[in-house]
Amino acid sequence: MSNEFYRLRVNGVDHEIRDAWTGESLLYVLRERLGLPGTKGACEQGECGSCTVIMDGEAVCSCLVMAATAVDADIVTVEGLANDGEPTDVQQSFVNAGGVQCGFCTPGLIVAVHHLLDRNPTPTDLEVKEAISGNICRCTGYGRIFEAVRQVRDARAADAS
Amino acid sequence: MRERQMRADMATSPNTTISASTGTTTDRSTRSRHGALGTSALRPDGLPKAQGRFAFSSDAWADNMLWGATLRSPHPYARIVRIDTSGALAINGVSAVVTADDVPGKLTYGLIASDQPVFARDYVRYAGEPVAAVAADHPETARRALEAIVVDYEVLTPLTDAEAAIDLTRAAIHPDGNVIRRQRIVRGDQHLVGEIVVEGTYEIGMQDQAFLGLEAALALPDDDGHGVELFVATQWLHEDQKQIAACLNLDPSRVRLTLGGVGGAFGGREDISLQVHCCLLALVTKRPIKMQYGREESFYGHIHRHPATIFMRHHADRDGTLRRVESRLVLDGGAYASTSSAVLINAVTHVQGPYRCENATVDGYAVRTNNPPCGAMRGFGVVQACFAHESQMDKLAAACGLSPVDIRLKNAMRTGDKLITGQVVESVAPVERCIRETAALPMPEALAVAPDPLEIPGGSGLTAQRANIRRGVGWGVSIKNLMYSEGFDDYATARCHLANGVATLQFATAEVGQGFVVLAQQIARSVLGVDTVLLEPISTDIGSAGSTSASRQTWMSGGAVDGACRLVRERLFAAVAGQHGLDPLRLAIDGTDVVDTLGSLRISVTDASRGLSFDETFEHHHRKTEELDENGQGNCHVAFAFVAHRAVVDVDPELGLVKVVQVATAQDVGRVLNPLAAIGQIEGGIAQGLGLAVMEEIVLRDGKMRNPSFTDYLLPTALDAPDVIATMIEEPEPQAPLGAKGIGEPPCISVTPAIVAAIRAATGRELPRTPVRPYDIVFGP
Ligand code: FES
Ligand code: FES
Repeated sequence: MSNEFYRLRVNGVDHEIRDAWTGESLLYVLRERLGLPGTKGACEQGECGSCTVIMDGEAVCSCLVMAATAVDADIVTVEGLANDGEPTDVQQSFVNAGGVQCGFCTPGLIVAVHHLLDRNPTPTDLEVKEAISGNICRCTGYGRIFEAVRQVRDARAADAS
Repeated sequence: MRERQMRADMATSPNTTISASTGTTTDRSTRSRHGALGTSALRPDGLPKAQGRFAFSSDAWADNMLWGATLRSPHPYARIVRIDTSGALAINGVSAVVTADDVPGKLTYGLIASDQPVFARDYVRYAGEPVAAVAADHPETARRALEAIVVDYEVLTPLTDAEAAIDLTRAAIHPDGNVIRRQRIVRGDQHLVGEIVVEGTYEIGMQDQAFLGLEAALALPDDDGHGVELFVATQWLHEDQKQIAACLNLDPSRVRLTLGGVGGAFGGREDISLQVHCCLLALVTKRPIKMQYGREESFYGHIHRHPATIFMRHHADRDGTLRRVESRLVLDGGAYASTSSAVLINAVTHVQGPYRCENATVDGYAVRTNNPPCGAMRGFGVVQACFAHESQMDKLAAACGLSPVDIRLKNAMRTGDKLITGQVVESVAPVERCIRETAALPMPEALAVAPDPLEIPGGSGLTAQRANIRRGVGWGVSIKNLMYSEGFDDYATARCHLANGVATLQFATAEVGQGFVVLAQQIARSVLGVDTVLLEPISTDIGSAGSTSASRQTWMSGGAVDGACRLVRERLFAAVAGQHGLDPLRLAIDGTDVVDTLGSLRISVTDASRGLSFDETFEHHHRKTEELDENGQGNCHVAFAFVAHRAVVDVDPELGLVKVVQVATAQDVGRVLNPLAAIGQIEGGIAQGLGLAVMEEIVLRDGKMRNPSFTDYLLPTALDAPDVIATMIEEPEPQAPLGAKGIGEPPCISVTPAIVAAIRAATGRELPRTPVRPYDIVFGP
């Protein structure tokens, strides 16, 4: 353990991380040091997407990022997508469309879908599949997840027009 | 008889048929109320999960807690000569190291036979077997501590061939012997030879449950050191409680379990993994202990689906009428028994498939080897049997000049037919309907002339050529038993409390993602006419609910919740009847009111229960079953569900790449209680069956896993998911409390042989083995 400290900016809040082992992943620090367990880990190898967070506008696997190297980044986790505990449209539509079973993949998928729709508000079905193909879901077979994304996409398009 | 059709395909217009997708349009029964049975009520844990607020067992945290970690054997078979833990104990931050010597009670555990050591003492019998555990202030300290433990092994030659394990002249690798169970089925004419005879030997690889939420638990020791509280992701709290208490030499009442949020299970959490280790470390250190496996350790830490070799010979008349099945099954149970004996019984008793057959000669073995232990996984023995019998039905069809559909229709089982065990199928058995309605579902469009690379086999990264791609269609049909078998009294308990129009339910039913929490609320709303249904924490504070497995909780715990709510309703009616001088038998629930069916009284349930409090507990037991005799005869199962699958695949035969384009299915569900949850089970099960068909396998070499990671053990992704079109056949099951059959397992069973049959049709290859690998397609026979 080292005595150094570093700062992380997560969901708009600055945190000081003290007395931490510098080998800790961003996933570990979010969950175990910052009390933000919404981000999940299921493989620690960048294969499952459960740990997806937004770092400086990019979706990354937080299990692959050393926390101490994320000091200058703006990090958004599933807890930071909305204010005041209100669900986002993506979160609500995952529930309504049946995209949540055990829910372990869900936070990572929600972050990934927000990121997709921010970049591409009207993805085709195939683009949706490709965009979330790095997020493993073992329960749903993805059908209801596709439906959830389709519903948000269509609702946002309707709102915009 | 009603049915629902649901389209789940993305590629075509989403509004062709009724869609489960919106969560609003599927409810056809006009009388049912919002959130009641039959509606797509939304699960109460859905939003917390989507917002990251739901507490999974891995999210549990306590002040002052330590991290536990497990040392595992690198060898599949070895004698332990010496264990030296002093190096680990000397590390700053390490609080305890425990081995078999520190286990205060029973040294072994197990679901059926107690044959698996808490920690290996004299021998290790599989690579990954626990040898010691440590508690430390940080996961990294714990990892270093494990490295500092010295274990001297005398490495032995592992027994890794299941066939060799049957040979009784070989030395046993365990005091209980190498054959865990043998079961024969002998029925009817043992010498009948059909006009048509087809045979084959089929192999099924070792599949992993690969639930996403890794094993995790938090144990809190009681102050007096004689008890412990455990938050854990499991499938059966009370069974864990019993096994943990025995190993720790504690009274079961001093081992209290609460379900930590469970990130999927699929059978892989039926057995003990870290439970005893975590509690033991908490008792030894007198501190809270958190344990959590990584993905690699998870592959070592739970059991898998049994790999199997199944020989089958089918005898039929020239017209395709099935006359006799012969089969020999060998299931590799790995080093410890787990549920192998029950998995074997499922495999041998389902080997005829959903087809009439009067004569059978079956011999099945579940054996012990130095491979990783195998036990429960969704489909439980029937997956293996189904791959064999469905491959055979296609061979039989070809030999008789019939289509895959016609051979199945010709032999389709009906209610009242006898199984090869002599058991009469009393369940509703709409096999013919499953097949016909699957066949009636639309086929996918032809592959585009210039398809998106993502739509062709192998996806964009590989180089399948449009001109080489061939399409194939294949079929699979299955029968699956529901609930536990062989005389096991498999009950479930639930409690209902009603006051001021609010119902509160309590049960120990493990919610693993399947959605029992919403079903329980729906039942209470329907029976009691309430809107608000609160759920107590899922824990051992109430009697057992049995395991969340064997497609049993809708029937069993659903029956228990239904029973408890009905008892409360009786008391509510008695109170209302007393107040109004009526016969309580005249009262009924209509919407959210209590009404007099013969008069004019109408009073809301809220008003009727104001100031009153009713509390009832109900245990639901299913009907008794029996053990099989030495000829495999007996009424060993409770009930059955049926399903048909049709798969369409595109294959590049030169590269051996497969894309599953579409799966159509009609499933016998009894009654749809929640359309949205039901389609989720169907689509999810199909994805797992697809995994076993074309990609998922734990590869072993000399007993060691070659691919214990998500990098090397491939799971279906969003790009692998086929379009799914599902029809649910609703013929209410008279035996079932809610008329509904369990729906969890059937979706994943016959889809695997259907996909493999489709690949055979596209390539002409024999493909007697699943998963089908590119090599098999390119170079196979
Ligand atoms: S835990 Fe990071 S990708 Fe799986
Ligand atoms: S809902 Fe369980 S892994 Fe996706």
